[in-house]
Amino acid sequence: MYEFDFEKPATVAEAVAALGREDAMALGGGQTLIPSMKQRLAAPSALVSLTGIAEMRGVCTGDDAALCVGGATTHAAVAAEAAGRYPALAALAGNIGDPAVRNRGTIGGSLANNDPAADYPAAVLGSGATIVTNNRSIAADDFFEGLFTTALEPGEIIVEVRFPIPERAAYAKFQQPASRFALTGVFVAKTANGVRVAVTGASESGVFRWGEAEAALSADFSADAIAGLSVPADGMVSDLHGTPAYRANLVKVMTQRAVSAA
Amino acid sequence: MTKVTMTVNGRAVSGEVEGRTLLSAFLREGLGLTGTHVGCDTSQCGACVVHVDGKAVKSCTVFASDVAGASVTTIEGMANPDGTLGRVQQAFQDHHGLQCGFCTPGMVMSTAALLAENPKPTEADVRHYLEGNICRCTGYHNIVKAVLAASGQDVSGVAAE
Ligand SMILES: Cc1cc2nc3c(=O)[nH]c(=O)nc-3n(C[C@H](O)[C@H](O)[C@H](O)COP(=O)(O)OP(=O)(O)OC[C@H]3O[C@@H](n4cnc5c(N)ncnc54)[C@H](O)[C@@H]3O)c2cc1C
Ligand code: FES
Ligand code: FES
Repeated sequence: MYEFDFEKPATVAEAVAALGREDAMALGGGQTLIPSMKQRLAAPSALVSLTGIAEMRGVCTGDDAALCVGGATTHAAVAAEAAGRYPALAALAGNIGDPAVRNRGTIGGSLANNDPAADYPAAVLGSGATIVTNNRSIAADDFFEGLFTTALEPGEIIVEVRFPIPERAAYAKFQQPASRFALTGVFVAKTANGVRVAVTGASESGVFRWGEAEAALSADFSADAIAGLSVPADGMVSDLHGTPAYRANLVKVMTQRAVSAA
Repeated sequence: MTKVTMTVNGRAVSGEVEGRTLLSAFLREGLGLTGTHVGCDTSQCGACVVHVDGKAVKSCTVFASDVAGASVTTIEGMANPDGTLGRVQQAFQDHHGLQCGFCTPGMVMSTAALLAENPKPTEADVRHYLEGNICRCTGYHNIVKAVLAASGQDVSGVAAE
């Protein structure tokens, strides 16, 4: 790993200023960035740790309609602190990686990274959440732009994620047992405005919404309602864990499981 | 180089580190605490697990500078004050929860974190919690048995497979 300057600011404003340096990068929990730096896939000149910014940590409780999660909140903290208000989100966070990864990894880091097999993108897109950065709010539908690509500008920090709380929701994950990432994971949320279905792990272009299932489930929220639907294998990931057809089938099966669990 | 200060196993320590110095390197090379093992150095195996402010973390995937000021506990801090094996360590010895011992420091630290959160885990709880700790020797059954024994539960009915 190449050497870099390390900074640990105490406020968002100081972090934004520090990230203005050329080739500076934000450091969340480091659970993705540190392994990438060891492989020299990332070589920032400066790392700006966000773990010392108190205003970016924790789950808010004030607002009845929404749950807001600070951008530097660990997966373990979401699992514990969101359990009462948004159990589907807490359960998803509590199944990311392993306990040590959950004690460091953060929601902001996971979303900024946008790994095509990561769990949080499904919850954020499935809930229709809003990503609040240091200078704007971005709707989930506009945030994810494909593999490891998001709407974030260089140096922009995810300060908070605001989740509207659905009437019913669940996440069903078919886990790749060695990495524990999602081979396919589906987040289903039923709200007064209809149903949203977000799929991670399956598509070559990252997390996506399954519109056909959303329409069918909005009319009838039951696993049977999508029994007749199928997902085309075109554009699904092909690797040693599964063929595109296998993943396309998993999308439907995981959606049905999520609906039954919601 | 910058100076970092933290508390390790109850003792205030400090040392000069680079930005890129990992907590695992600071413990092993800086402080000579080589009980923390580095198995994979890629965040996969859990041999390097220590506690930072009471929480299990992989010390190969944390910069020493990022935990300046924290309270760190390593395997060297798990023995009883008189030097005899602590409760979790003793259970691993009693139930053959180790063979080569390479994964054991991380297993013991993860176990201690589990029991702090969940003093009477079920077998399924133990297996789920230890997902991030890999052992190439034991086949895990005796590790699970040792953890259950360390929690004070009766393991006479748990088969050693
Ligand atoms: C063994 C292992 C198993 C894992 N299993 C899973 C799993 O099952 N499911 C899953 O979803 N993930 C899994 N992960 C990934 C884990 O969830 C990471 O924590 C996450 O992807 C990155 O979060 P981080 O806080 O560690 O970010 P970092 O590694 O610190 O940063 C990642 C990227 O995000 C940027 N960044 C960090 N914080 C912010 C912010 N607030 N605003 C803007 N940019 C930011 C960084 O600059 C960097 O580019 C696993 C990781 C490991 C090591
Ligand atoms: S050495 Fe840290 S996880 Fe393997
Ligand atoms: S005892 Fe040898 S790796 Fe676990």
